[in-house]
Amino acid sequence: MAAIELRGLTKVYPGGVKALDALDLAIPDGEFFALLGPSGCGKTTLLRTIAGLETATGGAVVIGDRDVTGLQPGARDVAMVFQDYALFPHMDVTDNIAYPLRIKKVAKAARHEKAAEVGARLGLDHLMDRRPGQLSGGQQQRVALARVMATQAQAYLFDEPLSNLDARLRLEARTFLKKLQRELGVTTVFVTHDQAEALAMADRMAVMEAGHIRQIGTPSEVFQRPANTFVASFIGSTPMNLLDGVARGDTLEVAGCKIRVPVSAEGRVPDGTAIVYGVRPEYMTYSAEPADGAFGGKVAIVENLGASHLVTLDVGDVIVQAVVPEGSEPAVGDDGYALPRRDRALVYRDGELV
Amino acid sequence: MAQAISPPPEVVREDGPARGDSTDAAGLGRVRAAVFVAPALLLIAVFLVFPALWVLYLGLTNYRLTGVAAAEPQFVGLDNFIAAVTTPAFWNSTWLTVEFVLGSAVIGQAVLGFTIAWLMRDRRGTLKRAVEGLVILAWILPSAIVAFLWVALLDRDSGTLNAMLGIPGFAWLLDHPMLSIIIFNVWRGTAFSMMLYGAALGNVPPSHLESARLAGASSWQQLRDVVFPHIRGHILTNLLLISLWTFNDFGPFLLTAGGPDGRSEVLAVHVYKVALQAGELGHGAAVSTVILLINLVVAVFYLRLLRSKK
Repeated sequence: MAAIELRGLTKVYPGGVKALDALDLAIPDGEFFALLGPSGCGKTTLLRTIAGLETATGGAVVIGDRDVTGLQPGARDVAMVFQDYALFPHMDVTDNIAYPLRIKKVAKAARHEKAAEVGARLGLDHLMDRRPGQLSGGQQQRVALARVMATQAQAYLFDEPLSNLDARLRLEARTFLKKLQRELGVTTVFVTHDQAEALAMADRMAVMEAGHIRQIGTPSEVFQRPANTFVASFIGSTPMNLLDGVARGDTLEVAGCKIRVPVSAEGRVPDGTAIVYGVRPEYMTYSAEPADGAFGGKVAIVENLGASHLVTLDVGDVIVQAVVPEGSEPAVGDDGYALPRRDRALVYRDGELV
Repeated sequence: MAQAISPPPEVVREDGPARGDSTDAAGLGRVRAAVFVAPALLLIAVFLVFPALWVLYLGLTNYRLTGVAAAEPQFVGLDNFIAAVTTPAFWNSTWLTVEFVLGSAVIGQAVLGFTIAWLMRDRRGTLKRAVEGLVILAWILPSAIVAFLWVALLDRDSGTLNAMLGIPGFAWLLDHPMLSIIIFNVWRGTAFSMMLYGAALGNVPPSHLESARLAGASSWQQLRDVVFPHIRGHILTNLLLISLWTFNDFGPFLLTAGGPDGRSEVLAVHVYKVALQAGELGHGAAVSTVILLINLVVAVFYLRLLRSKK
């Protein structure tokens, strides 16, 4: 088990596409770290460069106290779970799990014993003689995990480990993976494009865009205080309200409404500055009565989220969304007022958090 | 005219009973479908089925190219077959053919073709196109041209190879006839294996190879544990095809004419010599039938392997 450190890591593909642009990143020993971003942002390239499946154009990858930048994947002492699990179809579960040990020339009896032990831990004991083709998606994923665990590598790398599971199973697997990682305590980096997955599982996460890391932090930091408008719009199951506005003394003029300056930005936005006002729909209090410092408008759409409703207000020519608890949802066409929580609202200037 | 004005009921009335009779998708019915297929079946019958049956018949006669037996062939039973398999030349040819198939097809073309496909799998651009172009060129050139090129290459006195090696007067085709035709056939036929394996390698999931690489597998271990199990079917199909093609290949005749002294007289050449040079068509037909049986055995062997899915 070891920490992972990336120093000025750059990857330029032939043809000039810069997938990674001088990334610096330190992942402490034992951390469950998520790489999150839209497709094409470089997160998978980053993972593959750590694994050694891609050669870095510049910079260094350090695992533990070894600089592994120039080493072959097999010499880096990392193990990876692939998106399609990459189980060998002609080998049974035992041989699949024991495969890395076979390459390391562990005796047959010893590696089968290890495979049985790891397999039992992941609830695969009754499947050890099956071929991957005879397993369900969830079982295949556990075999891939077992193969990784059998290696006793310094770090685990997961490439979209949940994306091939159906929605129901994905939630179960999420909890299972997080628990397993906690028990094993092995440094784990996983790639996902699903922000909910990253928020739910990771100890810390990096949000990437176009080869750059836009924010690193714990899930609550990233959720509550997105460092820039990109992260703000990417994170959250209901998109954050991001509204253009202008600072007017100790109030903000946003969408024709006078809004109080959020706590975090107090005294930091000079009069007349153009800003973007950000507040999550979850941090809005909806009411049918006018309130001071609230967005007022007509209810355009009401969406059912299950235990709550997402109400979309037409405020002037922009829309503002608020989450309303069940039972108090308005009807379409009503006048409505959404009051942002001052301690949760954020102000962005030139795209960066104030 | 009145009918033309109201077409929909007309269509239903005409097609209704016809549809009911025919179960085929086109709705033609047996008779009309047979008419469509007849020209093709006729060609197959005339040029494939009839000659094959004719060979079986000839094998049972003393039919000759010239002379009395050409005019009035006699039925001789299994004499030709007994003669064929008791001739030492036949067994000599059989073993030479096995040598030829194993050396030039199973080992030569398959291994070389796979090696080229494997080395070129991740490459793009000029080198890959040049290598593939050259290999395929050897495959598509007409036999007459290829034979001339190789005779020019291997000629004893003014051959290119001897000039390059600085050993004028070395008679490749006389001193090493089998080696010559084996290498010739490898050169000639590798393209097929290369293309087939190239396509097969494209189907090996990259993540499986990467998974093996992360475990620390060497190139050989990646081949053994990932690539070969994935392309097993392609390998067997390829071996089946090139074995049969090589078994029946007449190409060696163009280089050595079966010589010297029968030392490169593979079965295809043997049949030619017996049937056409010696004129014993009945005997030649019997040898051809035996070759057909050997081909069947080889094919069944590979198909069995293919079907026994591991």
